[in-house]
Amino acid sequence: MRATADFIIESGAEGSASLVLTGPLLVSSLGVIDRRLRALEGPFAAIDLSRAGRIDTVGAWTAWSISRRFEAPIIGASPEAERLIAAIRAADDNTAPIAHPQLPILLRVPEHVGIVMTGLGQGMVLVLGFLGQIVLASGVLLRHPRRFRLRALVHQMELMGVNALAIIGLMSFLVGIVIAQQGAVQLRQFGAEIYTVNLVGRLSLRELGILMTAIMVAGRSGSAFAAQLGTMKLTEEIDAMRTIGVSPIEALVIPRLLATMLMMPLLGIYSAVIGIIGGAALSALTLGIPFFTFLARIQEVVPVHDVWVGLIKGPVFGLIVATAGCYQGLQVRSNAEEVGTRTTAAVVMAIFMVIVLDAFFAVFFSEVGWG
Amino acid sequence: MSEEGLLTACADAPPSGSEADLFPIRVRGLKNAFGPHVVHENLDLDVRRGEILGVVGGSGTGKSVLMRAIIGLQIPEEGTIEVLGSPITDARDDDDIDIRCRWGILFQGGALFSTLTVAENVEVPLREFYPEISDELRHEIARYKVLLSGLPAEATSKYPSELSGGMKKRAGLARALALDPELLFLDEPTAGLDPIGAAGFDQLIRSLQQTLGLTVFLITHDLDTLYEICDRVAVLADKRVIAVGTIPELIATDHPWITSYFTGPRGRAAKSAAERNGALGTSGDQA
Repeated sequence: MRATADFIIESGAEGSASLVLTGPLLVSSLGVIDRRLRALEGPFAAIDLSRAGRIDTVGAWTAWSISRRFEAPIIGASPEAERLIAAIRAADDNTAPIAHPQLPILLRVPEHVGIVMTGLGQGMVLVLGFLGQIVLASGVLLRHPRRFRLRALVHQMELMGVNALAIIGLMSFLVGIVIAQQGAVQLRQFGAEIYTVNLVGRLSLRELGILMTAIMVAGRSGSAFAAQLGTMKLTEEIDAMRTIGVSPIEALVIPRLLATMLMMPLLGIYSAVIGIIGGAALSALTLGIPFFTFLARIQEVVPVHDVWVGLIKGPVFGLIVATAGCYQGLQVRSNAEEVGTRTTAAVVMAIFMVIVLDAFFAVFFSEVGWG
Repeated sequence: MSEEGLLTACADAPPSGSEADLFPIRVRGLKNAFGPHVVHENLDLDVRRGEILGVVGGSGTGKSVLMRAIIGLQIPEEGTIEVLGSPITDARDDDDIDIRCRWGILFQGGALFSTLTVAENVEVPLREFYPEISDELRHEIARYKVLLSGLPAEATSKYPSELSGGMKKRAGLARALALDPELLFLDEPTAGLDPIGAAGFDQLIRSLQQTLGLTVFLITHDLDTLYEICDRVAVLADKRVIAVGTIPELIATDHPWITSYFTGPRGRAAKSAAERNGALGTSGDQA
């Protein structure tokens, strides 16, 4: 059981009262009486520490702030207490604590909205500027191809492409099964179960393969790019690179960007193929369409331009995901929390842009006759 | 708030005059290793109450590892460490009684929480151990600790990223002192400071140590710090503490590394500076 501090008010001669602090005056014991001390009303002739036990700076601060509040001298202090109080008095500059000015809520909310909106506007300009930097750096690399970092590119391709095969494969297989199963249930009403093949084949190759891959890569690699570059920014690694004469865009951004743009169409096709296998497996089990008949039928019903649609979207989605990740990472300025918010922003921005662009692509390809 | 309601209760001070009271830190037979790489072997060290013990050693001799072992961040392979009478080596994070409220640690880079202001950083240990303290008192405590550490009052509302290296160290010191600890661990407090700032920081540590009655475990490469403020110096070499004592005592040991450390050109310069300030005589008398 911890000893607690306390106080008593003793009235002395001719009606003057003195405040007597008792017990240990320590950080561990003062918390309980602090509120009561603050509620006290003076005046007191003196603050008596003669019955106090051990004292630390919190005790000294408390005694001194009471003595200042009531303009009463401290009496009976032990040499140790004297020393601590003197140190506190010397350190305190008697300025009032600095309060943060805060606007009333009616002004604060519009102000916040305004800051967010201007931030969005500036963000657009900054992203464009970032793309410009990438184009310039690519130009430099084209003129000096020996400065291109092939090892970094291959390493990134492995990290974001090869290492993602298992998870993307599993996800696509399951999505293929779900589409085949749901499609079959609906098509059965018209006796058109055989069209499950068209549904699974065209949807996987045109839309779902690449879209699911882009979302997975944004979550897996876009976030990693943002967190990695953001941390490098905090630890001044990126500043160090600049001073050595290595362009961070050249050394960090372009390998990631290129790796994502190269791997995305491959992962998209891979995802589509696995999705079709998933659909075929389900059809073989529940619809009575043999596995290889399903695959042969795919060749007949899926026009080859569906493959092109998927392949064309791949690098574009890759560009979006990698740009969002690298851009947000390089925007980190001050602290660890910002790495978190920037990573979130990178993933949200990437997925949002991918879905918006996917809608544009859908309209565009049907207009050019690749419906 | 009741005593029982606290998540972590602060350990009580050992009875005065006991071994644990005389020697707040006792290390016996310590062995630290990272895989096959042995950093310490059979290392013994006692730190006396109320002294400033400087720890020196060449780069890679494990000064920081020793400090991390003493404060429980590095699990040693063998040996026992007692801090303020409690064995660190068996301590667990969820122990009810905590000695962590009785020490303060200043890490090399300050290790301030980057999402909190300086004042909030100082308030973190107060909140953790003494939730019964009112917000008002906690703000006041944080504020005077920041001022005691030699920072201006405006610094309290700043974020670590807005501070210079020296200010970060002072803010880190304010956080280390938040709970009025008995033991203070300092990892290279003057590294990266300009000579005037470093001398000021030395004086700050000395005066706080005297005012608050601290025992200080100080890792340093700064010869001026050793001459100016350390009561004793422990030398780490050959995986153990080869000698502990005042600087004149150490030089008298005739160990080649120690001799070249203290009587090299930098050592001589620091010594003559200390003699001018009269610091060497007083630290020698105390030991």
